[in-house]
Amino acid sequence: MINLNVNGQTHAVDADPDTPLLYVLRDHLALNGAKFGCGLGQCGACTVMLDGKAVMSCVTPISVLADRQVKTIEGLGTLDNPGLLQRAFVEEQACQCGYCIAGMIMRAQALLEQNPMPSDAEIRRHMMPNLCRCGTHPRILRAVRRAAKSMQAAGAATTAAKP
Amino acid sequence: MTAACGTRPVDESVQGAFEPVRGSSLFDPAEVARGGQLAAIGNCAVCHTRPGGKPYAGGLAIETPFGTIFSTNITPDPDTGIGKWSGADFMRAMHDGLDRAGRHLYPAFPYDHFTKVTDADVNAIYAFVMTREPVRAITPGNKLAFPFNVRPFLTAWKALYFEKGVFRPDAARSEEWNRGAYLVEGLAHCSACHTPRNALGAEDKQRKFAGGEAQGWHGPAMNAASPAPKPWSADQIFNYLRKGRDDLHGIAAGPMVQVVHNLSQVPESDVRAIGRYIESLSGPRSADLRDTPKEAEAPRIRSAAAANAGNRETRGGVSRANDGAAVFAGACASCHDPSKTTMKTVPLALTTSVNAPDPRNLIHVIRKGIWPQAGEPGALMPGFAAELTDAQVAALVAYLRAHFSTRPAWDDAPDRVREISRQVDEK
Repeated sequence: MINLNVNGQTHAVDADPDTPLLYVLRDHLALNGAKFGCGLGQCGACTVMLDGKAVMSCVTPISVLADRQVKTIEGLGTLDNPGLLQRAFVEEQACQCGYCIAGMIMRAQALLEQNPMPSDAEIRRHMMPNLCRCGTHPRILRAVRRAAKSMQAAGAATTAAKP
Repeated sequence: MTAACGTRPVDESVQGAFEPVRGSSLFDPAEVARGGQLAAIGNCAVCHTRPGGKPYAGGLAIETPFGTIFSTNITPDPDTGIGKWSGADFMRAMHDGLDRAGRHLYPAFPYDHFTKVTDADVNAIYAFVMTREPVRAITPGNKLAFPFNVRPFLTAWKALYFEKGVFRPDAARSEEWNRGAYLVEGLAHCSACHTPRNALGAEDKQRKFAGGEAQGWHGPAMNAASPAPKPWSADQIFNYLRKGRDDLHGIAAGPMVQVVHNLSQVPESDVRAIGRYIESLSGPRSADLRDTPKEAEAPRIRSAAAANAGNRETRGGVSRANDGAAVFAGACASCHDPSKTTMKTVPLALTTSVNAPDPRNLIHVIRKGIWPQAGEPGALMPGFAAELTDAQVAALVAYLRAHFSTRPAWDDAPDRVREISRQVDEK
């Protein structure tokens, strides 16, 4: 048994230590947001966050995850109450088939948590490992920019509301 | 790269500036184009461009054991670059290591190599740099400790280690070999990163090409001490330098990525010549060693795979978070275990990074991965810095060394991993 902390909840998982995190998320925990694309860490469809950073879950064995925090797209929001990035992706209509989008959003989330005001060049550089075969990259970049702006606006509003 | 740093005193023993430069429109376009290819072989832009900065405008911080040196602006901006430099000024910098005012340059600018570049080639490079976009960019002052920041040090250093001279071809060798020797020893200054340096930062001529340093990476030996299990042939060196990959040696990473990018744009014959000369540096390492069939490597790879299979038997139970075999099986095997993949990866047993005397290149590659230049095709390996903790990287490094190399274990690997991870955090 390996204890995995995913989206703030601890799960005891019975799987080989070298099982990729992606398989455990999808097959054991029914968290189907992260997708299997290439299985080789080449496309980013499986991207989730580990201790605040974007990782490829298809090449992350669960043996390395003790005492670490995994966050998946299910941890960002729900259909009724989507997170900032999820909303921005909808508003920019940033997906065609949608297969890569959970990975895109999780990689962008890791960026915005570390750097809430990234430049366009920083967004492009950070998002580089994730591929979209439909070619919606321009909209994806716009969505990340939009989320960053609304995050700043929300932050400014919070600051302004404080006495 | 230290040309025109304003912090050093003038050496009165040499003459001052020559005539100012003529208009850049006077340069012959063919000369400019040839100069551009030579500048690529010289790797000029790599040091003379800071991250995010304009090409050739300088400002890159170069860490040395003696302090930090900033590369200078070699665009033709008259005030902050070399816009006022004449061709003779430029020639003197390249051949004698002196700036326009006659001050000694720091040998981080490899004039100990450039002194061998012909006048015609220096003039072509001059035509190239003087026709770049002028960029106003003031070079930050160097931060060097005493005595490295004072004139007598540079005077003494040059007296000890700088040998002005021209390239002398070896009549007993082929034209191709001589062309390669001219480029490798001069403009390409390969030994600057592939030769150990002494306490005063000069290349140790007794151990030429025996392995050096570049930007926190190990520059592997290019002579008979090369850690490559299979000696390099001229064609294989060509593959590596021109395309960034040789299937029996490895994939270019770290500082070599830019070298490959540059060499992909110069005449093919020059890269072939470089390969021919470098091949000869190893001396007569036996051809049969070079030509060992690929299958000879298979047992080692199979035994590693078997070791992995054995490890999987201990299913469940104790946490094996720091077990390198488990990390390999879960993070690496999908590409690097030939029994599990259709990916055409270079066999780990053959790679220089796994066989080198220094673990840093392997650590860098595990942490950062290998990425082609933006917009260019090339091999891609994702980095694992976010996936693996320092202890897990160290365990993986130990496992790779034990299973894919016959060389002794790296005792310093855990310290090196911590060092590299700390440096990245500070940036």
